[in-house]
Amino acid sequence: MNTSTSTAYNYKVVRQFAIMTVVWGIVGMGLGVFLAAQLVWPELNFDLPWTSFGRLRPLHTNAVIFAFGGCALFASSFYSVQRTCQTTLFAPKIAMFTFWGWQLVILLAAISLPLGYTSSKEYAELEWPIDILITIVWVAYAIVFFGTIMQRKTKHIYVGNWFFGAFIVTVAILHIVNNLEIPVSLTKSYSLYGGATDAMVQWWYGHNAVGFFLTAGFLGMMYYFVPKQAERPIYSYRLSIVHFWALITLYIWAGPHHLHYTALPDWAQSLGMVMSLILLAPSWGGMINGMMTLSGAWHKLRSDPILRFLVVSLAFYGMSTFEGPMMAIKTVNALSHYTDWTIGHVHAGALGWVAMISIGALYHMIPKVFGRSQMYSTGLINAHFWLATIGTVLYIASMWVNGIAQGLMWRAVNEDGTLTYSFVETLVASHPGYVVRLIGGAIFLSGMFLMAYNTWRTVRNAEPADVVAAAQMA
Amino acid sequence: MVFEMSSGMIRGLGTVVVAVAFIGLALWVFSPRRKSEFEDATLLPFKDDPEAIKHVEQEQASRSNKHV
Repeated sequence: MNTSTSTAYNYKVVRQFAIMTVVWGIVGMGLGVFLAAQLVWPELNFDLPWTSFGRLRPLHTNAVIFAFGGCALFASSFYSVQRTCQTTLFAPKIAMFTFWGWQLVILLAAISLPLGYTSSKEYAELEWPIDILITIVWVAYAIVFFGTIMQRKTKHIYVGNWFFGAFIVTVAILHIVNNLEIPVSLTKSYSLYGGATDAMVQWWYGHNAVGFFLTAGFLGMMYYFVPKQAERPIYSYRLSIVHFWALITLYIWAGPHHLHYTALPDWAQSLGMVMSLILLAPSWGGMINGMMTLSGAWHKLRSDPILRFLVVSLAFYGMSTFEGPMMAIKTVNALSHYTDWTIGHVHAGALGWVAMISIGALYHMIPKVFGRSQMYSTGLINAHFWLATIGTVLYIASMWVNGIAQGLMWRAVNEDGTLTYSFVETLVASHPGYVVRLIGGAIFLSGMFLMAYNTWRTVRNAEPADVVAAAQMA
Repeated sequence: MVFEMSSGMIRGLGTVVVAVAFIGLALWVFSPRRKSEFEDATLLPFKDDPEAIKHVEQEQASRSNKHV
């Protein structure tokens, strides 16, 4: 392929996904803050079905995971796979289709979820026609990604691309298996599985959505952007290979910890617990590999807020992958399950790890794909870093306090065996925590507005000639 | 002797397969023959960027000087 385009990277689709990451980040986190406000002031559901918590909550989770996180993964994988393979994207038209197809999925989710159309499976609420569209877009994504790897000019496939590849393949399998359903109309379907089997399939999907969408994918991001921003090779390439195989082998078994003390067979619960505990080792292997890349160059953190985003995201990753196995222990789970502790744990991962590494990667990538030497304002990046960190800490600390209080109050019994507290008493005790969570979430969201402004100013200064020049291969 | 493929036997064999796979992986990864390949692969994020590869090589040189 000796055309003129083959000497330039395809940054157009990266630019599109990068900008939409910021947009969907604000929409998804904005919805989260609104829902947090509903839990403080329930009147905010306006007594309308479309704005009720039960309909907006899946919209929030889908928006932050699949719209914000998804766009961040598309942007960063398309960017780093081209650069580490030293070749342009395979099938640029199909790459363009992945962008418009994915935006259509998000739009359909934003319409159908508030209208109440749901398959009622957590993180897989979208109804069957949208599921089919997701499958088509995902296959297109796989064609572009693996096609690019096939036409690489380098000998090796960089470890970051292994993680992105595992994420793409596994998410395809998870999505298809969990969404096998019988349609009864255009907007309603029923799962092919029944009872405890359905629950097990759902949480096999649900936990691996965490393991492969929110972990393997973002580790792919980590393995490119942390070394690149630090200008130091990854601490240990050997560790990265062991980390990769151990992580993908173990994650797939951990799902049953979502179903402790349910109708799921006891052996399956114990298996899920043990596998979750072992998962600590590869998780920390990845965290240590990322952190130690900075070994001997910690001073870079003082002057570089982008690197600080990346490294603090790894710290939150390490923290939540310690917390997760601990919560998977059945006796701990007996206290934590169904309480706000779970929500705090999820957000330690979602805000601290997923969002912060994405934000760091975007601040690295946006100037590069728009032909600028750096973002419009480093000061604003620094301000964003502190807002994101403080927001995350307030969020998770308030949910720890709430979760443990709820767990202890629910299990408290009087001498005659009756419950000490009514449910509404635990709700009253949780109210201050909900206020703190709302404040933390709002602080995190405010940082995203700084990012949007910073991005807008950076993009506005871009010169068409520089944008073209930036995509040229060296 | 007849081996019965009970669930316990399947679980036991599963453990053996995973243990062998992990040990095999560790031996493969830590084989000295792989060293130069990995050193090559680890530089891939910088290879397409002359500016970055210069910085990385300078830093590696200064690091190895310190050890001497």
